[in-house]
Amino acid sequence: MNIIEADGLGKRYRSTWALRACTLAVPAGHVAALVGPNGAGKSTLLNLAVGLAQPSAGEVTVLGGRAAGSPAALDGIAFVAQDTPLYKTLPVADMLYVTRNLNRRFDQAFAEARLAELGIPLKRRAGKLSGGQQAQLALTLALARRPRLLVLDEPVAMLDPVARHDFMATVLAAAKDGVSVLLSSHVLTGLERVASYLVLLSRGRVRLAGTVDDLLATHRQASLEDLALSYLRETPAEVAK
Amino acid sequence: MTALTVPARPEEEDASLRPVPWRRMAGVTWRQHRFALTGVAALLGVLSVCLWLAGLRLHHASAAAAACRPAGSLACGGLAGTFNGMAGFLANGIILQVVPVLIGAFAGAPVLARELETGTYRYAWTQGFGRRRWALAKLVSLAVAVTAAAGLFSLLLSWYYQPYFAAGNQALGLSEITPFFPGLFDLHGVAFAAWTLAAFAIGALAGMLIRRVVPAIAATLAAYAGLAFAAGGLLREHYLAPLLTSSPNVPASAWVMSQWYTKGGKFAEGSPPLGLMNRFCTSLPPGPGKPSWGTFAQCLARHGYTQWTSYQPASRFWAFQWIESGWLLALSVLLIAAAVWLVRRRAA
Repeated sequence: MNIIEADGLGKRYRSTWALRACTLAVPAGHVAALVGPNGAGKSTLLNLAVGLAQPSAGEVTVLGGRAAGSPAALDGIAFVAQDTPLYKTLPVADMLYVTRNLNRRFDQAFAEARLAELGIPLKRRAGKLSGGQQAQLALTLALARRPRLLVLDEPVAMLDPVARHDFMATVLAAAKDGVSVLLSSHVLTGLERVASYLVLLSRGRVRLAGTVDDLLATHRQASLEDLALSYLRETPAEVAK
Repeated sequence: MTALTVPARPEEEDASLRPVPWRRMAGVTWRQHRFALTGVAALLGVLSVCLWLAGLRLHHASAAAAACRPAGSLACGGLAGTFNGMAGFLANGIILQVVPVLIGAFAGAPVLARELETGTYRYAWTQGFGRRRWALAKLVSLAVAVTAAAGLFSLLLSWYYQPYFAAGNQALGLSEITPFFPGLFDLHGVAFAAWTLAAFAIGALAGMLIRRVVPAIAATLAAYAGLAFAAGGLLREHYLAPLLTSSPNVPASAWVMSQWYTKGGKFAEGSPPLGLMNRFCTSLPPGPGKPSWGTFAQCLARHGYTQWTSYQPASRFWAFQWIESGWLLALSVLLIAAAVWLVRRRAA
């Protein structure tokens, strides 16, 4: 099963294409990293995958053929958007209540245990939590939905190193439990510690996609960072062709 | 084979499962909008207490003046004056006209605008409930709540204004207002709740279009004011064709559209007939109150002039209420449907 499958997918905002002719299939069971510079189309691809945006061209399905944004797709996907939006005036307990009632499944015991472990009080307003705690709360809400696919848009961009480490540890633990993960990042450093599948985007096009092992073996690069950099540097020349 | 007992694609079973029940949105909506809803309740509660206290005095004064005998005596005139001068700032209804739009702007505009302004729509619209159903459930339940609250409040308003509409007030020297009076028509009956619903719907759609709370509130106030003036000034008088009478005594409860004078079947003068009055009726006694239009009409009739009046009789009050509430309800349904449609269409 492919957790995300795109065929000729394109998204145009007014006259500019944010994503163009994107064809890809990411198999389940991976932590797939969507990398590329700012403006490469990462957020656009994720928004299309979770149904927040509608394609201008082509199509995208998730979780083995479900139309992106359909009720069946939303049921199996948990999305943590960039800057982890939460209702800032609601207490943490109410965020759990709201998420529980907006979904068919919600593991309340898991969510409460994890928040207790993280030292996040249920009575505190979400807006009063630190940035790292807000990110952890958003992630906990997503995981308590027991999704089959976890989609994270730049999850650690705003976090300090400790919060970043803790956040990714949680994501990797979920992946170990069988949740497929699709995350975007413009940070290349340390990518192989996290990702087992890589999709490289630049200027709205897919430049490279495959499992990390395969990519490193075929391209004879020491690290994903080197590989990604070499591709990103090639891009202008390729476009000129 | 296992294929007989285990579905080939187990996720298909998931996909056909029933959606999250609608009723779960009730608690979600309450938790997210309790400040707005308690604010509406507090505003209407405070106004209710004030209106009730003022209303008790008004009803008391009205009853005292109506029961006074002999009518026309100095003492009775004093009682009538007390009633007529009471709570003048409420009598024209202008202050209370802002209540529906305040509710609409502050409860309706932020519902979608705040989600879009703070980015939380990316959370809300990717939950299993589904964004179209989410928007529909939220807007409809909040619309019903504010409309019901306004409906309850308008019962009190209807009671408060009752003394002004009593037939026979004029004969006793008491203020008698037509129930069509522009400032009061939409404060009693069912129109008040309908206007509140319309204000909420305008706010919801403005929030979706403008995507920011404060500008959406401002736009709601402006759009509502425009609609209210258009309805009161242009639309309302055309709901039903007015009646025409040549009787000089038009009841004070009627809503007079226009008046003119003819002599020998020819148009003589419009209203007010200042030229005719200066020529023929300058000698009318000023009297204790202002001479009424009926007195002038009788005077002019003696000189062969006929007064024509086109008017809406007070008996049409409920027909007008239902017509106005009907189109406001239809408009609100359209606006809310448009907001829900935009939620479904809006790209991130």
